[in-house]
Amino acid sequence: MADDDTETPAEGDSVDDGAQEATEEQAPAVDMAYGVAVTESRGARVLHPSADELIATVEALKADGFMQLLDVIGVDYLTHGNRSDLPVTISPQRFEVVYLFRAHVKHEMIRVRVQVDANEPVVPTLFDLFPGAETPERETFDMFGITFDGHPDLCRILMPEDWDGYPLRKDYGIGRIPVQFKGAPTRR
Amino acid sequence: MTATEEDLTTSPDSAPASAATATPAVEDAERVFRRGDDSAVLRMSEAEVAQLAVDAPQVALDTNTDERTIMNMGPSHPSTHGVLRLVLELEGEVVKRSKPVVGYLHTGMEKTAEDLTYLQGSTNVTRMDYASPLFSELAFSLAVEKLLEVEIPERATWIRMLMCELNRMSSHLLFMATNGMDLGAVSMMIYGWREREEVLRFFEMVTGLRMNHNYIRPGGVAADLPDGWTDEVRRLLEMIPPRLEEYDILMTGQPIWRERLQGVGVLNSAEALALGATGPVLRSTGFAWDLRRDDPYLAYDQVDFDVVVGTYGDCFDRYAIRLNEIRESMRIVQQCLDNMPSGDYRVQDKKVTPPPRARIDESMEALIHHFKIFTEGFKVPEGEAYAAVESPRGELGVYIVSDGGPKPYRMHVRGPSFINLQTLPHLMYDGLLADGVAVISSVDPIMGEVDR
Repeated sequence: MADDDTETPAEGDSVDDGAQEATEEQAPAVDMAYGVAVTESRGARVLHPSADELIATVEALKADGFMQLLDVIGVDYLTHGNRSDLPVTISPQRFEVVYLFRAHVKHEMIRVRVQVDANEPVVPTLFDLFPGAETPERETFDMFGITFDGHPDLCRILMPEDWDGYPLRKDYGIGRIPVQFKGAPTRR
Repeated sequence: MTATEEDLTTSPDSAPASAATATPAVEDAERVFRRGDDSAVLRMSEAEVAQLAVDAPQVALDTNTDERTIMNMGPSHPSTHGVLRLVLELEGEVVKRSKPVVGYLHTGMEKTAEDLTYLQGSTNVTRMDYASPLFSELAFSLAVEKLLEVEIPERATWIRMLMCELNRMSSHLLFMATNGMDLGAVSMMIYGWREREEVLRFFEMVTGLRMNHNYIRPGGVAADLPDGWTDEVRRLLEMIPPRLEEYDILMTGQPIWRERLQGVGVLNSAEALALGATGPVLRSTGFAWDLRRDDPYLAYDQVDFDVVVGTYGDCFDRYAIRLNEIRESMRIVQQCLDNMPSGDYRVQDKKVTPPPRARIDESMEALIHHFKIFTEGFKVPEGEAYAAVESPRGELGVYIVSDGGPKPYRMHVRGPSFINLQTLPHLMYDGLLADGVAVISSVDPIMGEVDR
């Protein structure tokens, strides 16, 4: 286990100084695993790295026997901003990318939830660690407009390539979209 | 297509229940990590492909074999199982890079789920993997129950297990049919369909529908098993084994069948794991992983069955695994028949389960509960949960975020077909185009689940 209890969880985030100091004084109020905050949700461990810490966290997970990336899931928390299941050190953002990992030998699953800023929705790709991230990351890009930095082929996968908007965002209406047809150029 | 003597004498075996899953060496998977032109994946957008068709001069028929051609296969093609489109880069008749293009069946079911209550949700997910609808319902229900933290009655658990294993049989029988048809054993299509229809007849008897049952719901199942269900199940268990023997004669032992499948579309464990593949695709590589055994849900820890694994990771192993999984499922069905407990078929929590019709006439509370559940829906505590089941195609998972309301805030389905499709370019690389058809068939994608 790559537990790292000595690290203070407040580093790299200086937006809200007053609140950060308060948590520092109380010593780490959150549990740590793989160098980042960890919570428990319905019997599964959930890691909460920032987008910058993601690659290091996933490398640590991979070294610890998590051999398979099962899925990459996007969530838009636009209308549910005050969710209560985040550790105190994590400031909630509009978007979240959830990664599911499985360790076959240990018979364990772990979730990684990364907060993604709505103004700059960029997360590093996991392709170089888990090439299976290619299509689920494309799906998350397609549905939420979250960009995966370094992805080899980031384009739409389920929607037509020339589609406007990101359908699974909460501010994307349902049932009011005119049917679009692709005008693929042909010789005829 | 090379089949050695050794290949012909071995067939996939069942792994002992205690077999440890060894960690494969990461170096073996080098080819799936490639990003550039040496990768098996053709990373070209649809617009670029369409532009090629406009720009390309008339292709001369006598081109030398070094020249690569981009060819389009599907989305309406008899062997692409619905609406899968493949953009293939061919060198003569040899497939080089390729790219699966999906989304033709995309109807935004995950968005729809955000607008349906938890009780209605299973009608939505059941339409994803239409060959094994009960598994989608089960994964959805398990995720909701995880959020609700309710305990399901024992009988409901066993009914779910019985129905799911029968569904695994019908799904694999459908695979037998389509796989045979794709490879030219056209009579097999009729046989596979015939046996599947027998299983669907039982589903119709229990749920009222052949497909899209909406039978497994959060809190239990929709209705108890009907009178005479044991006779029907016994009839199936007697009827199907001899038919499977016929399949063995028709296909498994046939030299033509083996020549066509052995050594075609080979994948190793490290590659399968790196690409996120699950189910028969992963097990064909010799990696014994089955959620029923390794992360038991329902009552799979109380039944006896073997996990079928392959050795070579080729199309034949994937075929043989599915054939033998029908037999293993029948073992489980037999145990469900023998050990079916009595009791409730759904949880008696008035906040989750609608009251029986008769109670509504007698009790004011029952009427209120009925009204609340069917108008507003039951509220699920805030949080997020992921539940996974072993569907015939691999790990089928449902991730639900609840904001405390009566509808899921976000529901995502991890469709095993969707992820398994990533293996296609690697399986087809450097193979013949005709073998590509065998490869698509052996991955067994259901496009309803891929596109959702």
